[in-house]
Amino acid sequence: MAVTTRTGDAGQPTTAPPRRPGDGRRTGRAGDVGVNVFSHVVLVGWSVMVLVPFAWALLASVKTSGEIFGSPWSLPEVFQWSNFARAWDKGVGQYLLNSVIVVTGGVVLTMLLGSMAAYVLARYRFPGNRLVYYLFAAGMMFPVFLAIVPLFFVVQNLGMLSTYQGLILVYVAYSLPFTVFFMHAFFKTLPTSVAEAAFMDGCSHAGVFFRVMLPMAKPGLLSIGIFNVIGQFNQFVLPQFLSPEKPVLAQGIATLLASQRYEGDWGALFAALTIAMVPVVVVYLLFYRQVQAGLTSGTLK
Amino acid sequence: MRHGQYRFIVGFLVLPLALYAIFVISPFVQAFYYSLTNWTGVSPQFDFVGLQNFQTLTQDSLFLRAVRNNLVLLVGMPLAVILLALFYAFLLNVGGAGSGVGVRGVRGSGFYKLAFFLPQVLSVPVIAVIWAVILDPTPTGLVNSAMRRVGFGGSGWLADPNLALYCVLWVLVWGSVGFYLVLFNAAMSSIPRDIYEAALIDGAGRVATFFRVTIPLLWDTIQTSWVYLAILALDVYALVAVMTPGPGGPANATQVISLQIAQNGFQFGRAGYASAMGVVLFFFTLIIAAIMLRATRRQRIEY
Repeated sequence: MAVTTRTGDAGQPTTAPPRRPGDGRRTGRAGDVGVNVFSHVVLVGWSVMVLVPFAWALLASVKTSGEIFGSPWSLPEVFQWSNFARAWDKGVGQYLLNSVIVVTGGVVLTMLLGSMAAYVLARYRFPGNRLVYYLFAAGMMFPVFLAIVPLFFVVQNLGMLSTYQGLILVYVAYSLPFTVFFMHAFFKTLPTSVAEAAFMDGCSHAGVFFRVMLPMAKPGLLSIGIFNVIGQFNQFVLPQFLSPEKPVLAQGIATLLASQRYEGDWGALFAALTIAMVPVVVVYLLFYRQVQAGLTSGTLK
Repeated sequence: MRHGQYRFIVGFLVLPLALYAIFVISPFVQAFYYSLTNWTGVSPQFDFVGLQNFQTLTQDSLFLRAVRNNLVLLVGMPLAVILLALFYAFLLNVGGAGSGVGVRGVRGSGFYKLAFFLPQVLSVPVIAVIWAVILDPTPTGLVNSAMRRVGFGGSGWLADPNLALYCVLWVLVWGSVGFYLVLFNAAMSSIPRDIYEAALIDGAGRVATFFRVTIPLLWDTIQTSWVYLAILALDVYALVAVMTPGPGGPANATQVISLQIAQNGFQFGRAGYASAMGVVLFFFTLIIAAIMLRATRRQRIEY
């Protein structure tokens, strides 16, 4: 099937059909108006179902525990900004720092190693090329849980449990399949003529990669880079088992929920939730086209 | 080609491949090996026990319960997500008021896609915490207090063994619809407009167009989505681990295979046995992908 959303500019899938403003209004048929109203009612309904829980959680982050449960739908009497201070004291600051360090290292290394491998696989012929490519691609299919127990012991034997470098390397390894797959498709689409011209001018293989191909691949790098930032920031399963003593933010939130069931400081829990949510939502709102393109391009084949 | 090409290729592949081999491939291969042993994970000694672990699995009622729950999710989740996402994508694409000349999408489709997709970018613990509190079983819980206001009785939700699994299923569906909406929308908008317009001229209504034109042309995308959703339903862990009491409760109503692997591998000191569960999960994944691809195979339509 010729689904051509993933074209050269992987950042921009063609989405909604072109619409001329005002067209919808000068309608001749009453039935169409009915359909239109029905569509909007249904779509607004689901939007509310999605957005209200998040809006409610944001609001709860500045309420007292009593207000969260006693008057769940109203604004707080006094905005409880101290919830954030208490959340920070419960370790959220440290979890956030851990997340930022691991994601920074993880994404930089993923992008570098992923595009290196993808570039070589996409643009050079050598024995074993297909084998290596399929080896990477297979990693997208199989459940992490098949390997989680042996993986724990691999990391333990390397002395890397609950360390930054351990988490970074594991994140990179598990991000490589999709990154290689995505960048492979991208490098395939880049024109050969520019690279050849650079070779003529005496550029080395590595020089062509770093000075010519990488800059040309910027839109693709942006899509997959943001995809990796969000993915690694939200990673829960891997740190849960491999970094019990150095929790990242997603893990910290889960721990906080468990302890709030006894402590009952729900305001602080929602403040922590807000701290975890806001950066991702901001990145999403800024780059949502790239995020949606990065996430969907793997499935549209 | 120029000299030094092979050195360059090796140089660029060695690091990524080494990381991938150490942290992804080797654990996968080890899992198959350990599944044939009685390794505890604690002591370095273990014996080779053949298929005994797999034999024990067939009589492990907790594991069978987990498999059954996974099967419920495996059937329910893809079905609900695909139906809802197709319906919404269709509304986005042809639900707008027409002018008699053609079919058009609704206004504001960009906003809808942005909003529907949001749960997809947040981490599962965040979503799990929000829903755990929304579905609080006490009368002051958010959903319960809302239901009381409109005259219904409350419910135990995640605390009710008969409902808990369906609550998990609901949150899974709720979080996934947006992604597949965007996916189907992209596929639908690449279908040429004139096909729709031709159908309209021939007197086909919107519903007929949906079943006779849109669905057949989208079949490949739907098929791929089905496989991905099925794998997702098999692999579900974080939601259950964070959201349900126990986790896996109440009364094991939400036990899933991944939870069993984690408990046996890291708490009960049965690493070999947990690896055997991982192998079962692997074959489930493989079988489902094969069945789905076969069952949904149809003639390809080029356009």
